[in-house]
Amino acid sequence: MIRIVMAGTAFSVACSLQPLVGQDPVIHVLAQFPALILAGSLLGGRFRLPQHLTGPTLVLALVSLAIWMLPRSLDAALLDPVWMVAKFVTLPLCVGLPLAAAWSHVGSVLRGFLKAQAISMLLFLGFLYTHAPMRLCNSYLVDDQQRLGLGFVYLACALILWWIIPVFFGQISSNKKDDDNDVSRHRIELR
Amino acid sequence: MKQVTFTLSAALLGCAAIWQATDGGRAVTAEGARRVQIAENPVHVPPVSLETMDGSLQMWPAQGQPILLEFIYTTCPTICQTSGGDFAELRDHLTDKGLDVPMYSVSFDPVTDALPELQSYGEAHGASGQPWTIARPETDAVAGLLDLFRVTVIPDRWGGYQHNIAVLVINPNGEFAGAYDTRAFADIRSAVEAML
Repeated sequence: MIRIVMAGTAFSVACSLQPLVGQDPVIHVLAQFPALILAGSLLGGRFRLPQHLTGPTLVLALVSLAIWMLPRSLDAALLDPVWMVAKFVTLPLCVGLPLAAAWSHVGSVLRGFLKAQAISMLLFLGFLYTHAPMRLCNSYLVDDQQRLGLGFVYLACALILWWIIPVFFGQISSNKKDDDNDVSRHRIELR
Repeated sequence: MKQVTFTLSAALLGCAAIWQATDGGRAVTAEGARRVQIAENPVHVPPVSLETMDGSLQMWPAQGQPILLEFIYTTCPTICQTSGGDFAELRDHLTDKGLDVPMYSVSFDPVTDALPELQSYGEAHGASGQPWTIARPETDAVAGLLDLFRVTVIPDRWGGYQHNIAVLVINPNGEFAGAYDTRAFADIRSAVEAML
């Protein structure tokens, strides 16, 4: 219940940011997008996903996220009402929810890979948005594009602090849940 | 095995979706999409009345020959001035090859850009009216033109604008048929030559 309330709150926050997203890509991509994804992932955490659907579910989340990383999708979400609605539907239901639902089945190697990939992709986007010689979004000013690029870099740095640094100081984040998953995977392989 | 099949199918579908979302891997930006889509599906340009810098009114576009245009505003301190220079270079590039194609710099800010502003912009960039002239539509036609040519104009914070500038090509049938980088002189020339 509390998760549903929190998801609703995150979704409402995302909706309340809508009047601001046309002016500021940082609010659009680094506040509204995460709020929508968070709303979906709060719903997906309790989802009991069959093991054989983990792969397709993860692919759905990654493909949807990849499409929303295209600069043209940002423009489309501002200029085309269909894309605007699609944003509010697909970011929670095709990115957040499937990612959270699949995550408990994902092994630690793939988890590490996905985290490293997320950081390197953010740094790549940061470089692209700060150094592109032209405007990537027709709807945003050059200065704002560069601010968004810096935002990607800051987010990447935050994730490095959160995910990577602890790895060098032993398994701080390793918890019982991960061990349970490892055990269940072994059982499946044995069957 | 079932899991592998499911995951591979999903991955294939995912690749197809990304292929679709990028116009076959050709466009990741809205401007790229405009260029790809317009080249494949030309759009009819309805007749518009333009006031050119010599004060005459022209019904536009004239049929039977290709036309080049770009959208500008004359009070622009930065990119329009660069693109004005690019348009002058394009004119020289085309006339050197014996191509006499009408060229228009069309203001999307006709309220500010009255006749004197159009003339001084033309003078500053060496537009003599033939083949290149500076023009403005009527104020209530601007929104329709920007929509048709898929130009997004957003105000900057200093009273000016930023917009997706490109050299736009209207084919002899009066259709918007191409959008090019302002310095893609050779590409624009071959597009024009293919229409003659």
